[in-house]
Amino acid sequence: MERVAIIGASMTQFGQREGEWIQNLLAEAGIECLEDAGVAVDDVEHLYVSNMASGEFEGQTGVPNALAHDLDAMPAYTQRVDQTSSSGGAGIYAAWQSVASGASDMTLLVGGEKMTHKTTGEATDVIASLTHPAEYKHGVTLPSFAGLTARHYLERFDAPRESLGKVAVKNHENGVDNPHAQFQKEVDLETILESPIVADPLRLYDFCPITDGSAALMLCPESVAEEYADEYAVISGIDGATDTHVVHEREDPTVMGGVVESGRGAYEMSDTEPEDIDVAELHDMFTILEFLQMEGLGFAEQGEAWQLVEEGYTERDGELPINTSGGLKSKGHPLGASGVAQGVEIYEQLVGEAGPRQVDADVGLCCNVGGFGNCVITTIMEAAQ
Amino acid sequence: MTMEATRYDDGSITYPGHPRGPGGAEPVETIDLSEYTAEVVTWTTSTATPPGVREPNHLAIVEFDVDGESVRAIGQATTDDLETGDEVRPVHVDELREPGAGIREPDSQEWDGYRFEPV
Repeated sequence: MERVAIIGASMTQFGQREGEWIQNLLAEAGIECLEDAGVAVDDVEHLYVSNMASGEFEGQTGVPNALAHDLDAMPAYTQRVDQTSSSGGAGIYAAWQSVASGASDMTLLVGGEKMTHKTTGEATDVIASLTHPAEYKHGVTLPSFAGLTARHYLERFDAPRESLGKVAVKNHENGVDNPHAQFQKEVDLETILESPIVADPLRLYDFCPITDGSAALMLCPESVAEEYADEYAVISGIDGATDTHVVHEREDPTVMGGVVESGRGAYEMSDTEPEDIDVAELHDMFTILEFLQMEGLGFAEQGEAWQLVEEGYTERDGELPINTSGGLKSKGHPLGASGVAQGVEIYEQLVGEAGPRQVDADVGLCCNVGGFGNCVITTIMEAAQ
Repeated sequence: MTMEATRYDDGSITYPGHPRGPGGAEPVETIDLSEYTAEVVTWTTSTATPPGVREPNHLAIVEFDVDGESVRAIGQATTDDLETGDEVRPVHVDELREPGAGIREPDSQEWDGYRFEPV
């Protein structure tokens, strides 16, 4: 099986994009990705759109066909990929499958979401609609899962509350150097620890914002990539996995089985180990999730991720830089775009296009989490020339 | 009014029940958890609640011991005066949130249930 390459990437400005709706946002990232890759739209054979809820957010369905028309990409095959918050990662998996299987020699993946025209409560409810009826009727939301899990983690592993705040401090520092990030400003620990409580013990700055935005990647066989680019990345490992729909049924509240299983599959496929990863984008929708993914992916022992954060291990100049893009926390979280944007950051790090965020990296990993660990995609990329 | 959990043919119990249990086990009976007390595993108070949900919303994950078999449940709590390890009992509430105020179709599910009250 020929390796699958990534030869182009783009992302729109993330944030509150007033007057821009899902169709505009997808087209903006799609056009920019075609230009970045130097690919003529006529050469695109498959077009995937990662999106969680355009029907629920703005009453617009059928977005893949709308995008195909707006890009003049017909008659390219198109489909929507919905896996809630991990729709973007699932889109990378679908796009990888389309190329690896030989079905497509040029696949464009565009992920996007339009959210900010809704109130926080309305947007939270759209996302919470993924929960089981036994959870939904109690008003359980994704942020409340984070509060429940964070309390358990802090009490069980005797971790200081400040360690969660330091995840936010780090990711905001990284976001300052990302011109596409929703928040390009530093936040100090004191501000985080005194911000309003959202889901006790977590506070406002432990949570990602509600965001509009879109991101895109261009994938093709490695033999084709060489025609387009001197430097590109290859997807050397990728896997997806699920955990329980009902979150409290998991044996250990601090273990996300989907992270563990998808990570294991991605490491095996790429013949790598956690020690081989030079840079990672993790799904920090809530600060506690960065700890759980670090542990699930083998970067830290269970209950010890907070110690690595305290030591600076995950900072940009640390042993393993995590969320150099600013993460969902600072960059923003337009649901269907987020997993694709993680891929954009790792691609840019591997081909040396990350500007002031650049770190020394040959192998990168991204982990995109849907629900509260319900569905997870882990992707490992390697630099190629 | 019952807080219905499901026991499977391997002896395991889940709340809520599923067509198949752990390891593909088949359901054999239901158990009313409202007759038991439980221990708080963790809890939170959510202040950013969706339409139709009380604000603040106290929530807890609790663990029941049913004849030596543990089963967890999530639900609203009657108070935020809780500690991990506290003993609680289920108390029935006719409407846990306002049906139709949120995105979910009101007829698609039930809206009554049990809050956890410290014993």
